[in-house]
Amino acid sequence: MHEHIDSVKTYAFVFVTLLALTLLTTLVAEVDLGPLNVAVALLIAVIKMLLVALFFMHLRHSPMLTKVVVCGGLLWLLILMVLTMADFVSRKWLPVPGV
Amino acid sequence: MDSQTETVALREQFETAGQQKEASTLGMWVFLVTEIMFFGGLFLAYMVYRRLFPEVFWVASSSLNKIIGAVNTAVLLCSSFTMVLAVHAAQIGSRRAIVIFLILTMLLGGVFLGVKAYEWNEKFQEHHVPGPSFHLEHTTEQGRAQLFFSLYFAMTGLHALHMIIGEGLLLFLLFHAYAGKYTPAYYTPVDIGGLYWHFVDIIWIFLFPLLYLIGQH
Repeated sequence: MHEHIDSVKTYAFVFVTLLALTLLTTLVAEVDLGPLNVAVALLIAVIKMLLVALFFMHLRHSPMLTKVVVCGGLLWLLILMVLTMADFVSRKWLPVPGV
Repeated sequence: MDSQTETVALREQFETAGQQKEASTLGMWVFLVTEIMFFGGLFLAYMVYRRLFPEVFWVASSSLNKIIGAVNTAVLLCSSFTMVLAVHAAQIGSRRAIVIFLILTMLLGGVFLGVKAYEWNEKFQEHHVPGPSFHLEHTTEQGRAQLFFSLYFAMTGLHALHMIIGEGLLLFLLFHAYAGKYTPAYYTPVDIGGLYWHFVDIIWIFLFPLLYLIGQH
């Protein structure tokens, strides 16, 4: 069994980056970017998620099967959200007779 | 030594200790994927109602204290850092360090829950809890504002419940680590407990911007 052990230095670097991103997302929320505010906040959240999953949860060194399972889960979440939102977003595009 | 040989023991369905560990870790990830879908439903409900009533969500979100939210995010990230150090301590076989970092993780988790309790209490005093006495300032859409706060309480409440369960898991790990059950050859429970703790952290990483930051400029 080949266990890959990351150094404390790597973890510390990831940790400091996570704190910096938290500060950044809080500060950016002060600036009015219009609809971009949501996009930036979510982008930073996704980067933080990737850092936690890849480093703290050791996904970088996990077997391919584990990676496939995680990606499968995220794909299913995407199906849930994209299909539902596709309905809500496009509902008013065409007039419905009788309404 | 008896307890150690028992915990390292290879179950008969596995060929090697590595295979056994991989199976345990994969099992935890499969559970976490079901948790993603569990929380996913709430995130979807949030997205739908935010899309339908953007102005009210803007006002309601602005009533949350984002400094407290940011500080609590930092506290939770610190606890994830100490958790990963506990796993690291187990990998290099330092019983003392595992115990210390598990205690630190539990304390930071406790601080997070304490701040959360303070925030919830504030909501009760400000009448921001959905119900007959609900009242949110700067909006006439009281019903729709209650939707935001229903989601707020459901999402942060479910997250807090996961934190409380996590504290229980950490306590279990702490007893076993103190008894010296974890060695570099066998520390799967610490590893898996860490996966759970980091997952709960990731949920908060998304809750924080969605509840606290969206709509505040």
